[in-house]
Amino acid sequence: MKGPSRRSTAIGVATVAFLLVAWYVLTTLTGAISGGRFPAPVEVWQATKQIVVQGYADARLHEHVLHSCKLVLLGFAAAIGVGVPLGLVMGWSRRAEALVNPVFLLLRPIPPLAWIPLAIVWLGLGDAAKVLIIWLAAFVPSVINSHAGVRSIDPTLLEAARTLNIRGWMLVREILLPGAAPMIFTGLRLSLQACWTTLVAGELIGAIAGLGHVLYQSSLDIFPAMILVGMLAVAATAGVMTRMLEWVEVRAMPWRRA
Amino acid sequence: MGAALSRREFWTLSAGGALGFFALWTVIALSGLVQPQFLPTPLAVLQKFVDLTRSPFVGYTLQQHLLSSFGRFGAGFALAALVGVPLGLMMGWYRWLDDVVTPLFEALRFVAPIAWVPFAALWFGTGIGGPVLIIFSGAFPPCLINAYRGARFVETRYIEAAQTLGAPNWRVICEVLLPASVPSIVAGLRIGAGLGWQSLIGAELIVASSGIGYLMVKGQSNISTSIVMAGMIAIGIVGFAVDVLLRRVETGINRRRGR
Repeated sequence: MKGPSRRSTAIGVATVAFLLVAWYVLTTLTGAISGGRFPAPVEVWQATKQIVVQGYADARLHEHVLHSCKLVLLGFAAAIGVGVPLGLVMGWSRRAEALVNPVFLLLRPIPPLAWIPLAIVWLGLGDAAKVLIIWLAAFVPSVINSHAGVRSIDPTLLEAARTLNIRGWMLVREILLPGAAPMIFTGLRLSLQACWTTLVAGELIGAIAGLGHVLYQSSLDIFPAMILVGMLAVAATAGVMTRMLEWVEVRAMPWRRA
Repeated sequence: MGAALSRREFWTLSAGGALGFFALWTVIALSGLVQPQFLPTPLAVLQKFVDLTRSPFVGYTLQQHLLSSFGRFGAGFALAALVGVPLGLMMGWYRWLDDVVTPLFEALRFVAPIAWVPFAALWFGTGIGGPVLIIFSGAFPPCLINAYRGARFVETRYIEAAQTLGAPNWRVICEVLLPASVPSIVAGLRIGAGLGWQSLIGAELIVASSGIGYLMVKGQSNISTSIVMAGMIAIGIVGFAVDVLLRRVETGINRRRGR
């Protein structure tokens, strides 16, 4: 959580190495932890090979990953597309804010996960229900942060825009979006994590493909090694997506690059 | 930016927005475009909410479901706070502990709390341990991170003053780092409570035989939208109440410190 120094890197590597050895000793050498509770390294390796080469739960690993990524990106993009404009309008116009805010205040305390049963009743167990809940998970933060982002713009800039009679699309592109961008990206980073949690939960409850489905199937089969592989795949994919978003963030706001 | 609204205009618009929302909902529900089973009117949902507090559904009334959810939440959240806060403070003080824990923490951070569900089921069955593990994994990271940050940003002169007066490590942690990081810790607890509450709902949707999430899943499999929506209302109210309570604590503490 701080700048890496050579000493702390060494300690970090040593810790990970120690844990890997301890894992091997506890599961394989001594059998202190039985394979039914936590898998041994060899089992994890075999499970990884199985899901990558032959496939598990009706598809191979990359197909599950792609399926989950597709749903997250769809829901995420739709949430940005609707949420950011709405937030900008709410930030710009006090009237729009007063009109829309009460509905938000009512819906905001309901966590995205609590929408899952409703999404299933409405849309069934298919992809549409998952996209809906991902959309919900990302929509609220998009609106709130672009709203707050517009409010954080220096009033002098806004006054200048008014004096110069800048309106419409130019106002959005030159003032509102760049001014609100830092907060919007903060919101997006937070909601991407929420999107993944929601997706995994949705897929655990019912799905035909995706990483959550792998977790569900391996849980039914009582296959601890595959559970672990599924968890690692979820973590790795979420990590890569977060990094990609950070990459976009830096590119989208060149003026902030220090 | 639009000029500030008069009080009257603000309240008219706000009331209009909320009323419009419910009116639209009622019109769609009554229009016959959607079956009432899938979209009940707001009044029907409210009626169901009241019914659920009186007559039991899947074994318990709404209050009993909420109580059992809240018990799990309390256990998981308390565990996360009791482990996360001291560990975070100590990481802020002992460099080596920071070096040991940080790589593990960074690796585990991306595992969504819900992804622990299969292991929770495997290790604990349907017992209380499973949900507690999942709430813990949701609430733990903010508790730890905020305590750590709080401890790192304590002004050095306070620490040096304590050390000059001969305070041993544990007294520096308890009497300098802890009090100085209280605002940050409370903020972390508030975020953790929110995430833990969400994770609990997720856990109950999948592994539980009571609780508010379980009630919603049963409503879902009976295709009773009104039960699902009543559950969402209950979740929203509790989540909101917990947040308001912790916010109160937060502002109270900040005010006492003159911020």
